[in-house]
Amino acid sequence: MALAARVIPCLDVDAGRVVKGVNFVDLVDAGDPVELAKAYDAQGADELTFLDVTASSGGRETTYDVVRRTAEQVFIPLTVGGGVRGVDDVDNLLRAGADKVGVNTAAIVRPELIAEIADRFGAQVLVLSADVRRRRLRDGAPAGGFEVTTHGGRQGTGLDAVAWCARAAELGAGEILLNSMDADGTTAGFDIELIELVRAAVTIPVIASGGAGTPGHFAEALDAGADAVLAASVFHFGTLTIAQVKDAIRAHGHPVR
Amino acid sequence: MSARVVVLDYGSGNVRSAVRALEHVGAEVELSADPKLVAACDGLFVPGVGNFHACMAGLRAADGPRLIDVRLAGGRPVLGVCVGMQVLFDGSEEPSAAVEEGIGEWPGMVRRLPAEIVPHMGWNTVRAPAGSMLFAGVETESFYFVHSYAALEWELPVADGAMARRAPLITTCDYGTSFVAAVENGPLSATQFHPEKSGAAGLQLLRNWVGSL
Repeated sequence: MALAARVIPCLDVDAGRVVKGVNFVDLVDAGDPVELAKAYDAQGADELTFLDVTASSGGRETTYDVVRRTAEQVFIPLTVGGGVRGVDDVDNLLRAGADKVGVNTAAIVRPELIAEIADRFGAQVLVLSADVRRRRLRDGAPAGGFEVTTHGGRQGTGLDAVAWCARAAELGAGEILLNSMDADGTTAGFDIELIELVRAAVTIPVIASGGAGTPGHFAEALDAGADAVLAASVFHFGTLTIAQVKDAIRAHGHPVR
Repeated sequence: MSARVVVLDYGSGNVRSAVRALEHVGAEVELSADPKLVAACDGLFVPGVGNFHACMAGLRAADGPRLIDVRLAGGRPVLGVCVGMQVLFDGSEEPSAAVEEGIGEWPGMVRRLPAEIVPHMGWNTVRAPAGSMLFAGVETESFYFVHSYAALEWELPVADGAMARRAPLITTCDYGTSFVAAVENGPLSATQFHPEKSGAAGLQLLRNWVGSL
């Protein structure tokens, strides 16, 4: 008996539709977030994460509707991130049926937002999402250390990633979603060093994200100290199933559901 | 006729999932704080997320402690979930600017989990006692927890000998230490985990409760 390692599929949602290519068999409508959420639930996903990539404010209403419809039919935890700027956005998402809310850029701009959200709704609703890349010199050579970025890894903030995660945890984040922008999309494996550094710096759960390609990669991230593993494309394209990933995790001695 | 359940509406976080999950297992559900409805329904579901003291303040504003007492005095079922379970104890050591006492249906304090990584977040298995009504058919399943505090000790006598039929049934879970994951005590039941977020196993637990109403 022990707490199970969590496997979390992540869906990009734009104006109510799942984008970034989903190639799922047995689905009438692969672009419908509710259909996909149900499919992942049936596969044994431990949680679901929606990343709202909608830019327009009108689209936000659509996102609330998507969250509402999903929460009506899928009875596992749902995290929604993307575009959360203030306490009111969190309130709206929770009211729509989200269990947790991912906060990224707004917390970098104004770290007190973390404490404001935690005070009002409890630390457990706040997932601090950090997009992290390795520091590099102008010629691309490694400069040592990790930096927090915005705009999908394109813009540096100068913030040291490990120190930022520690500060966010102190301010009241309930969990860290640690995205490696270097590993993202490579399918070459998670950034193990990054996971180890952040694990050593915080005592809240860490979700590893970015780089998953094989079932073994997920197990390695958990070996490095992650409490949960998140991936998008390997699940959406059917390259891997949740069950395959869980088998590999179990074989590495981590409990799974 | 389906059981009528009221989910107590006192401003606590995401209650929509609880409403939908209870509907899903066949209950007729109302989200309300109307004392008449709360008193008359077949089962009262008490949700609760966030800070213990903030939840207690919200509950008091809705006259929750008295409404729960009145139901229990009449043997009418109540199910508390997460912080909705914690408030049933004497109090909590969770920090807060304004400290509130708990409802005190059960003795003992809610304390911080002595684990390396807190919150306890995710799916965990439990030890349900023989004869549990809530866990019938899902004794070996995992349930979704998300909390930093819990009742680490159960301070009342448990099922033993002549009292066996009436004593509380205590389900425990391990995270850093053993803690109380669920209680079945006559009309008053509670779970520290979220059955409404625990997939098919959680729905079965809710079905068991609704079926008992």
